[in-house]
Amino acid sequence: MINALWPWAALALLGAYHGINPGMGWLFAVARGMQEKSRRAVLSSLLPIAIGHEASIVMVVVAVSLTEAFVPPFFVRLLAALVLVTFGLYKLLRLRSHPSGFGMRVGFTGLAGWSFLMSSAHGAGLMLAPVLLGLPVYAAYHSLREISLQAVAAASLHVAAMLFVMGVVSVVVYERVGVGILRRSWFNLDLGWSLVLIASGAVTLFTAV
Amino acid sequence: MATTLLKPDQTFYPSPRLAAKAPVETLAYMVTFDPNRKKPDGLLTLDVDPKSAGFGTQVGRAEVPNVGDEFHHFGWNVCSSALCPYAAHPHLERRYLLVPGLRSSRIYIFDIKPDPKQPKLVHTIEAKEIAERAGYSRPHTIHCGPDGIYVSALGAPDGNAPGGIFVIDHDTFAVKGRWELDRGPQQLAYDFWWHLGYDTAITSEWGTPNMVEAGVNPELLLAGQYGHKLHIWDLPKRRHRQEIDLGKEQQMVLELRPAHDPSKAHGFVGVVVSLKDLSSSIWTWYLDGSTYKVEKVIEIPAEPADPNDLPPLLKGFKAVPPLVTDINLSLDDRWLYVSAWGTGEFLQFDVSDPFKPKKTGSVHLGGIVRKAAHPKSGPLNGGPQMVELSRDGNRAYLTNSLYASWDEQFYPEGIKSWATSIHARPEGGLSLDDGFFSTFEQRTHQVHLQGGDASSDSYCYS
Repeated sequence: MINALWPWAALALLGAYHGINPGMGWLFAVARGMQEKSRRAVLSSLLPIAIGHEASIVMVVVAVSLTEAFVPPFFVRLLAALVLVTFGLYKLLRLRSHPSGFGMRVGFTGLAGWSFLMSSAHGAGLMLAPVLLGLPVYAAYHSLREISLQAVAAASLHVAAMLFVMGVVSVVVYERVGVGILRRSWFNLDLGWSLVLIASGAVTLFTAV
Repeated sequence: MATTLLKPDQTFYPSPRLAAKAPVETLAYMVTFDPNRKKPDGLLTLDVDPKSAGFGTQVGRAEVPNVGDEFHHFGWNVCSSALCPYAAHPHLERRYLLVPGLRSSRIYIFDIKPDPKQPKLVHTIEAKEIAERAGYSRPHTIHCGPDGIYVSALGAPDGNAPGGIFVIDHDTFAVKGRWELDRGPQQLAYDFWWHLGYDTAITSEWGTPNMVEAGVNPELLLAGQYGHKLHIWDLPKRRHRQEIDLGKEQQMVLELRPAHDPSKAHGFVGVVVSLKDLSSSIWTWYLDGSTYKVEKVIEIPAEPADPNDLPPLLKGFKAVPPLVTDINLSLDDRWLYVSAWGTGEFLQFDVSDPFKPKKTGSVHLGGIVRKAAHPKSGPLNGGPQMVELSRDGNRAYLTNSLYASWDEQFYPEGIKSWATSIHARPEGGLSLDDGFFSTFEQRTHQVHLQGGDASSDSYCYS
């Protein structure tokens, strides 16, 4: 039972981690709130950010599930490990990359698009790969539709956790704490993030051998 | 070249309100140039700590390996805009100063981290790289943007139009290329800045390199050929949106000072000279619905003068034009500072209501005819020109040279360079007391303050 639950718990925890990272969205929501001088603007920014994040995650989750369905587990893990380590090294060497063409006046689709690109560029979905590999594979005896359902369920749990944390943080910062907190508490998550990507790649490889 | 911090650079502030509470500066950086193009220009470090015995004196000087660059404006590799949500990079360090040679088109990059008092030259972007990658030349204004370093250039490599903006990568210092995807009718360039909260960039107009490098051309001037327009751009889409003509008689539309508060969409621009009466003026631009408009809000008249006291260029006019060549806006968007380089006056206006400025202070230093003295000097020449403001708004730093070839036309006896700091009272008013006054061998130009000042940073949060 515990074995069946841990991947889901990990997905939610990673969601919370994405939610708390200012660069992944809550800061954008706060900035829009301050620009419009309204809490409504903060809250209405959260949904498109979550949608963009979900789209980015689903992409990876579907890819992982499909690969699992058609490729022997050993090679799946090997592939995942390679992708994770390569991406982590790339992020270490080139820490900052900005999606271009965005500004403060993005609309709903703009904000979702921005969030999709940010999440993809950060490898937010990739990070889930080792966890997803812990989910049971239905593909051997069920349809592609079920793979997709599991994929969407996994991504949605992750994004729900992210949305919750992001919502709480953005409202608290907007209403109470103020953006001054950025100077004190915006730790360089990117650096740790690259290292975690590489480490989880190594772990995936280890469990594959 | 770039380095990564574990916490945000502590000189970054999310909002102008928070930046105004930053620690008081103790060092200032000032560029100087040799008008004879015989000795290398310099990046000087000044002690600006009033408690220090060396208050106002030079404590360091970095040199470059070339002559004739003509240092003019300069800027930081990164600043508070790094906290903007859509392109955040808060862990990049503010440690490099980018110093363009306005005549040579080189950009020198100095590292101030190992020893803030003695900047170290670490990289040079050659004119060729700018010309090949961006098609521009004569780099002028530098602003650290949310997603790169933006630089305006006066013109093309052949010295003609168009001038425009190019972008430098803030990690590698590679020239990324021309910024404009669609420049519309814009040809002349000078200053630029933006309203980050409105995704809007604004550019102004001086003249092409061929129109300015040999000095102001009276024929072009009287024909109204120098710049008289503002251009409004979509910042993320990099497209021209609107041209605002201030009128052909409004010659040389220079320094742009948008409100620092990103939720406000207005700002101030100075016009050097009106062909109608030699006056200078300040205009307020503002967003009205979906278009920008301008309104003249301050006019500074020319002062009658004896032709014998005037340089050849002005004798026929029997008047000294005020020549407003630089302005600056305090971080709280309340105080506007205006340099009248011709009459030697430095003015302060309360612009709480940007359409009804109230004059609240004035001091005289130098001037073509007045030659006003500082309490610590004899009569001065040149006049208040580049003005930089501390983040708390209490001190203004002034230097007195404009541009080598133009200096000679308005001050033919040769500018004797000085730099000074002026006390700005929090309730309004200016005084020369308790500031420093220092003279320099080379011509002095822009000043920037350690950690940031009122023209170095932009913000995405109110």
